[in-house]
Amino acid sequence: MKTDTETKKKEEQREPLFHIEKNPALSMPRAIGVRAAAILLALIFCGLLTTILTGVNPIDFYGQMIFGAFGTTDNFLVTVQHLSFLLCISLAVTPAFKMKFWNTGAEGQVLMGGLATAICMYYGKALPLWLLLILMFVSAMVAGALWGIIPAFFKAHWDTNETLFTLMMNYVAMQLIIFFMRQWNKLSAGIDFYQLDPTGRIGAFFNGATGVRKYIIYVIVVALITVFMHLYLKYSKHGYELTVVGESRNTARYIGIDVKKVIIRTMALSGLVCGICGFLMVASAQNISSNTAGGMGFTAIMVSWLSKFNPVIMIFVSLFLAALDGGAIAVSTGLEISKSFSDIVTGILLFFIIGCEFFIQYKLVPTARLKALFKKNKEDKQ
Amino acid sequence: MTNTPPALELRHVTKRFGSVIANHDVDMDFRHGEILAILGENGSGKTTLMNMIAGIYYPDEGEILVDGELALIRSPKDAFRYHIGMIHQHFKLVDIFTATENIILGIDDGEKYNLKKAAARVLEITERYGFEIDPYKKIYEMSVSEKQTVEILKVLYRGADILILDEPTAVLTPQETQKLFAVLRRMRDDGKTIIIITHKMHEVLSISDRVAVVRKGEHIATVNTAETNESALTEMMVGKKISLNIGRDDPQNPVNRLEVCNLNSESQDGVKVLDNISFVANSGEILGIAGIAGSGQRELLEAIAGLQPLTGGKILYHNPKTEDTVNLCDKTPFEIRELGVRLSFVPEDRLGMGLVGNMDITDNMMLRSYKKGHSVFVNRKPPKSLAERIINDLEVVTPGTTTPVRRLSGGNVQKVLVGREIAAAPTVLMAAYPVRGLDINSSYLIYNLLNEQKKNGAAVIFVGEDLDVLLELCDRILVIASGKITGIVDARTATKEEVGLLMTKTGGDGNEN
Repeated sequence: MKTDTETKKKEEQREPLFHIEKNPALSMPRAIGVRAAAILLALIFCGLLTTILTGVNPIDFYGQMIFGAFGTTDNFLVTVQHLSFLLCISLAVTPAFKMKFWNTGAEGQVLMGGLATAICMYYGKALPLWLLLILMFVSAMVAGALWGIIPAFFKAHWDTNETLFTLMMNYVAMQLIIFFMRQWNKLSAGIDFYQLDPTGRIGAFFNGATGVRKYIIYVIVVALITVFMHLYLKYSKHGYELTVVGESRNTARYIGIDVKKVIIRTMALSGLVCGICGFLMVASAQNISSNTAGGMGFTAIMVSWLSKFNPVIMIFVSLFLAALDGGAIAVSTGLEISKSFSDIVTGILLFFIIGCEFFIQYKLVPTARLKALFKKNKEDKQ
Repeated sequence: MTNTPPALELRHVTKRFGSVIANHDVDMDFRHGEILAILGENGSGKTTLMNMIAGIYYPDEGEILVDGELALIRSPKDAFRYHIGMIHQHFKLVDIFTATENIILGIDDGEKYNLKKAAARVLEITERYGFEIDPYKKIYEMSVSEKQTVEILKVLYRGADILILDEPTAVLTPQETQKLFAVLRRMRDDGKTIIIITHKMHEVLSISDRVAVVRKGEHIATVNTAETNESALTEMMVGKKISLNIGRDDPQNPVNRLEVCNLNSESQDGVKVLDNISFVANSGEILGIAGIAGSGQRELLEAIAGLQPLTGGKILYHNPKTEDTVNLCDKTPFEIRELGVRLSFVPEDRLGMGLVGNMDITDNMMLRSYKKGHSVFVNRKPPKSLAERIINDLEVVTPGTTTPVRRLSGGNVQKVLVGREIAAAPTVLMAAYPVRGLDINSSYLIYNLLNEQKKNGAAVIFVGEDLDVLLELCDRILVIASGKITGIVDARTATKEEVGLLMTKTGGDGNEN
């Protein structure tokens, strides 16, 4: 057995340099300050990286990014479209995540909404335009909601793992779309918009005279959803119930909330809003593919958590991501830097922003050992 | 036996948690080849004491000696170096691993990982002491008693000579208990020291060689089991009665308010948690429920509140307004409220069940009332004013109504919860351990609130752990042991020993049905 001093020495060596402590309450201005510092650091870091790796002046680089996102009307409208879709899906997944239901199936729910829209377009060519539009809209909502209800039902009744379940449902939705595309167009695996909108009346409705109308529709629909979601989460009885279920199932049971019902209802809403997004995507483009949602169903999860489930903050986070994406494309074409490099920069920016949350939640407290090291260092220098 | 040095010795061991003294100046010795039972009420410091031996806590003062030599035990790993192993009440096993994999998990002996060799050693140990286990069986396929066997094997595999078992029989059937005891006796005969924490008096008497009694963190005495009896041990365990000066009025025209008839319930593992429970709670009276922790108190209250599935029985509520009688059995909490039953419940798990820690005080007030009205939106005005009233009346220390409840101290959390439950003007008020962890002033405030409800004609059901409090606050005390009622006594005339005896009576000898 070891002697006392020996074990003590070993103990000392084992002591870490820092302790991590929970920060009880960081004031609002300081929290904003930490975030601003994080963004600034990220920009400086990425600027240096750009110069070292590509030889491009960081000012040019950032300038091109801003130009890509907002520089021309076209660029601006693309950013608006991206913002609208991303925000819409982020709002959709938020009630589920607030209920601690890990909905990774937004992608599939959007696709199902899109597929329902496409099916209405394909088979409803003879219907009057107004009726067809309503039919497209309603069936998109139903299809999206259904894709949310199925995993919720299994979760509520048999406590299945919702993450895997919703993830798998994405692939089912993708395959369904591929199935229908092959049905409609036996010659190739794709579908062009003449088949969905042969007379061009839906395209005409969404484009208007100048081609700007669809962007106005996006903004209005998503703005309405934003207001609705804000009220729903914060002031409605349903929103209150799903928050309680998310925080503590036991408390929910104790006060007599029907947990199963709340889970299914919330996922139905989540899927329904995703369905609306699918409708907007497919109807305005008169086109569908298994890649229509473009991974935004997953990006939206990040947006929702980054915004701490607050719809107002979600607007800014979505805008930020949409602008970054537009900027990245412009950088790759304008400065002839590979798009992958712009994606790296986007990734670094996000890493800094998410990482700084750690310094808002916790603080590092130096331990006695670190203090002793500092002291020793000073003495050595003297 | 007295010539050999004790296997383990505690000298002046003291442990404090903040201002609370968990163990004070404990001297104890444990011999080779004996089974020693540690007996004490809830919160008397038994488990803390054992945790110090097992390396989970480190004593603030005093020393621990193993085989007469000073031992420094800072971690469970250190404890194993001294051949000490503890089997905890809650198993710590990896479900998808086999028994052997779990047993060798974390052993760093420098040898190559050899599952076959390990399994052979496991088998050798099982044969030696008469365990029954398949070393290749996965944990999730095992019964509770098999899992316990794996935990014991884990400790033996690491070469433990001193084994501490924390309430090992709590999860076992009577037959399994007998098997376990046979194994323990064989280990004792092999020269090992067995320390067993238990509440069940008949088990103490049947298995142990000596009994050490702990009360309020202090070691009262260690006696030879052969030279003692149940009532002597109970007296040592509960101590003399202390006067607390809690007010108690006579019940005002009590009427039958809640009638529980032959209630039965099983846990998810199929263990009986409520066994033929029948009693009556009267209006204008406080009915105390006494018992060792985990005897079915929580299940009983949750059954009445509509949260615990039942396998039989009736819960009859006599409505004082309509004079109707309704059966609350198999109703959800919401349905119970819809029936016009004003039932309030202060659960044991305050932040996990009674309140939502991350929500602010106003939103927590709303838990009971948010559904009121036809609007799809919640109305935060009434709960806000209720929150303000409770903060004011009960002197809740908080920055405001928008503070998340989890930021409040334990006493203030409880005030918020009790305040909300009382605000509903209940006809039945159930409170589970409402003063646990509270300081003296907050405790008395809660007692006064309960007395006030009694005066208002509510039937109050109070689950407590401090017998002195139960005897001074309640009108009648129902004693529950292993899910069965062992007696209902008049709190004005009953003695502490009487209640203490009932608490440890019967238990799981299985012959009584």
